[in-house]
Amino acid sequence: MIAYISRRLAQSVAVVFGVTIIVFVLVHLLPGGPARALLGSRASPQQLYQFIVANGYNKPIFVQYADYIGRLLHGNLGYSYHYNQTVQSLLVQYLPKSALLVGLSYIVALAIGIPVGLLQALRRNRPTDYLLTGISFVGYSMPAFWLGILLVLLFAVDLHVLPPEGPQGASVAAVLHQPTALVLPVVTLAVINIAMFSRFMRSSAIETLVQDHIRTARAKGAPNRVVVFRHTLRNSLIPVITLVGLSLPATLSGAVITESVFNYPGMGLLFWNAAVTHDLPVMLGFTIVVATATVLGSLLADVLYAVTDPRIRYQ
Amino acid sequence: MPAAAAPLTAVSAAGAGTGDQSEASRSTIRLFAGVFLQNRLAIIGLGTIVLIALFSFLGPHLYVTNQVSTNIADLTQPPSAAHPLGTDTVGYDVLGRLMLGGQSTLEVGLAAAVLSSLIGAVWGGIAGYAGGWVDSLMMRVVDSFLAIPPLLLMMILASAYTPTIPVLIIVIALVSWLITGRLARGDALSLRVREYIQAARMFGAGKGRIIIRHIFPNIIGTIIVQTTLSTANAILLLASLSYLGLGPPPPATNWGEMLSNGLNYIYDGYWWLIYPAGILIVLTVVAFNFVGDALRDAFEVRLVQR
Repeated sequence: MIAYISRRLAQSVAVVFGVTIIVFVLVHLLPGGPARALLGSRASPQQLYQFIVANGYNKPIFVQYADYIGRLLHGNLGYSYHYNQTVQSLLVQYLPKSALLVGLSYIVALAIGIPVGLLQALRRNRPTDYLLTGISFVGYSMPAFWLGILLVLLFAVDLHVLPPEGPQGASVAAVLHQPTALVLPVVTLAVINIAMFSRFMRSSAIETLVQDHIRTARAKGAPNRVVVFRHTLRNSLIPVITLVGLSLPATLSGAVITESVFNYPGMGLLFWNAAVTHDLPVMLGFTIVVATATVLGSLLADVLYAVTDPRIRYQ
Repeated sequence: MPAAAAPLTAVSAAGAGTGDQSEASRSTIRLFAGVFLQNRLAIIGLGTIVLIALFSFLGPHLYVTNQVSTNIADLTQPPSAAHPLGTDTVGYDVLGRLMLGGQSTLEVGLAAAVLSSLIGAVWGGIAGYAGGWVDSLMMRVVDSFLAIPPLLLMMILASAYTPTIPVLIIVIALVSWLITGRLARGDALSLRVREYIQAARMFGAGKGRIIIRHIFPNIIGTIIVQTTLSTANAILLLASLSYLGLGPPPPATNWGEMLSNGLNYIYDGYWWLIYPAGILIVLTVVAFNFVGDALRDAFEVRLVQR
């Protein structure tokens, strides 16, 4: 177990390095290089040259990469030209709010997706199953921005029960003071994961239901409640844990859309602003941080997987 | 496993990639088609895709509209006899616009999916067949790309380059090949130790020949399933990019762009700018997902029979 965790940890470090290489290469692939991207098309050759020398872009590429890694290891993610602030300070400001949004949406998605998937497995190939399958297909085939706006139209404009905009508080505590404003963004972001988790839970539970220990449990006269909740639910939940880790990048992509629909001041909205203002250091710094979080998330999921299921033995 | 499946096993394994497979592959195709056609959702999905393709590519020849010059006198007209789905904010006929948008939506979706499958199959096939440190290295590259949220990667690329259709196809393919790569690698990994591969190697076949003639034909099922599912995903990614203002610039259009444009006028009651485009996106994506799921079931049956 310890050998497995340390090997996975080594792999994760390699993957994080891979991410830095990808991001680094992306910057150098930009037409005209970072100087042009940051200073804009009207910058004079002198300004460009000054920028290139000041930032070391005239050095050999390997030296540049080493410098870049050196800065990263010292926690220096760069400096935003648009916000005139370090990327770290932006991170401290914006990331917790996105983490709150994503975290809440996962709770909602698991709380709905798992029971729905279990119900579908128990009612396999019957009208309930077909109906829920149809709904979940539409759920993950719907562009998130459209879903978000339809929800606003229904709950904010027509029914007047929820505010049309996300919470505007500057900190997580302030955001939590407007719980009603969080409902629509959280639901919008959760829908895709509800669809995915329920599909996964359905097939996982179907596989569990045909196993011998379920038949044994029924044969010895265990009540349906015990068979479903103790024997089926617990065993089918295990693969869903990995899915939570794997779905994190897609969910963070969804957060970008959700935050721009509801004008929720989190990482996604900041990233979008950075994309339209060509604020490269912000985009790159955030990408690296988010990717590292994803790698750690899937590492955690794998370890949890091993802890929850004693049958799994890693070499 | 029923005993009757045994002859098929021998034939399809030995015959794969050689010229002598007509008999075996015909029965495999019949079996495959049988499973696929039994799935009602798959038929509905396939029918929907055909109808939408006809609508987008044949439609403009039957229903001719002016999609070149704007018409200021005819802005945001509700549906009428002259314009069955009304006109948009610059006076284009919405029905005709949907056909035009469908063309680029389907083109980007399919081209990105095919390109991503190609990259994924080659990358995964080589990694799985090579094994060892080459495999580890190639898979860490996949892991690294997988760790980056796809939309962030696409936004960096789309903001750096002018997002024309070819650029978007490449950008979407670049974030979509990873799962295909992983699956292809898994398949190749299990195929490389099969007897027929060992036999081919014993006869002196080179690595390139084994990968192209013996590995690829046997992972094609996985690749086709992934291409179908990737098409659905690519259409949604294109819509998301268009919503974020990073889609193809005018005069090009696609359903995602039409939908997000229409959503600006949601409080004005211009429903014909929103629902037709949105419903077409959902229908197309659901249809591709249905077909993908059915294909996976059909190929799985074939695998079970093996």
